[in-house]
Amino acid sequence: MYTTELDKKAADSRVVEVGIDDPQQLARFEARVAADDFIEPNDWMPETYRKTLVRQMSQHAHSEIVGMLPEGNWLTRAPSLSRKAILLAKIQDEAGHGLYLYCAAETLGVSREQMIDALHDGSAKYSTIFNYPTLNWADIGAIGWLVDGAAIMNQVPLQRTSYGPYARAMVRICKEESFHQRQGFELMMHMVNGTPDQREMAQDALNRFWWPSLMMFGPPDDKSPNTERSMRWRIKRDTNDDLRQKFVDATVPQAELLGLTVPDPNLRWNEERGHYDFSPIDWEEFYAVVRGEGPVAQERMQARRKAWDDGAWVREAAASYETKHASARIAA
Amino acid sequence: MSSDWPLWEVFVRARGGLDHRHVGSVHAPDAGIAIRHARDTYTRREEGVSLWVVRSNEITASDPSEAEEMFEPAASKIYRHPTFYDLPDEVKHM
Ligand SMILES: [Fe+2]
Ligand SMILES: [Fe+2]
Ligand SMILES: [Fe+2]
Repeated sequence: MYTTELDKKAADSRVVEVGIDDPQQLARFEARVAADDFIEPNDWMPETYRKTLVRQMSQHAHSEIVGMLPEGNWLTRAPSLSRKAILLAKIQDEAGHGLYLYCAAETLGVSREQMIDALHDGSAKYSTIFNYPTLNWADIGAIGWLVDGAAIMNQVPLQRTSYGPYARAMVRICKEESFHQRQGFELMMHMVNGTPDQREMAQDALNRFWWPSLMMFGPPDDKSPNTERSMRWRIKRDTNDDLRQKFVDATVPQAELLGLTVPDPNLRWNEERGHYDFSPIDWEEFYAVVRGEGPVAQERMQARRKAWDDGAWVREAAASYETKHASARIAA
Repeated sequence: MSSDWPLWEVFVRARGGLDHRHVGSVHAPDAGIAIRHARDTYTRREEGVSLWVVRSNEITASDPSEAEEMFEPAASKIYRHPTFYDLPDEVKHM
């Protein structure tokens, strides 16, 4: 899963102010990123670069973690043992992605605890897509196909993002994503080749996940004021709108192959542009979800906090076991 | 001085953007000297742009005699690989 960098107050789309950095060091830094050099934890970096990365990487990590919830919803109701094993393996990968990314963010001086706290108290954001419910089994297919598909579109260029630990985490993640998308598409193939009811479930899943998937790429370029700087610093390698278009162009033929209808009456191939044209996106809905008003936003955070609280005794037991053994070592 | 200096494991980053890779070890009395020895031992021909040294006795390793039960469980989970899924030619690149 992926999240584009969302400002906490995304709806006012303010430019994050650049702090006062030493001009000589700043110039050297700018030259390095312009030359596609990688920045490592011990290198000098502008404070705004560090802050932007902490926000983007922690949001990305949170998205991987919260992204397990809509899929976990179907684990005990998967229609076969094989589908259950596949879904479990995919969810396990997403947990791993969260861990790679939290570790990478920690190299910027933010602690795991701070990030988890920010997620749980609602001050941190995660991808809007996970605040939509998973209502039928075909949603699991649609998520793999569309949501992981959109994530791949975003994550492939991030393998060349300028911050070394982030780029390396992305390389590891991208290697694992192909399975996620393929199992989803294959699941959709089974549904469309099944009974009329199953076909209808597949279409219903596409209807509900299409627009939220397009929103995953973040606000339109003219409403994302930090894009220019993020591109200059090679934090981002493509704009939101470019990636969104790429995703539409790649996905529409796949929907046709499944015999499903993309829920957009204005969708058509534009010969001149060499791209699909599509309807404007309902950005009001997007900003509402960013503000935490998504259909199942509260449920997600409750489930997250409950999992954290219910696991507290395990963390405490492990810590007290270690304390006991440490004092035994000192005594010995 | 009767005992050896402690052992340090050496990791080299070959180029910007790559992970540090383990290349070997050096003996040194402290971290600073370990870095210098590592430079002279492992990067005489521009093998790297960054070095890490870690005290060898700080590393916990898995037990080779338990390798089977440790890693075997992944062997049967072939559905973790993209090639497990048979897709039409049009979407083979997915
Ligand atoms: Fe992801
Ligand atoms: Fe992921
Ligand atoms: Fe994924």
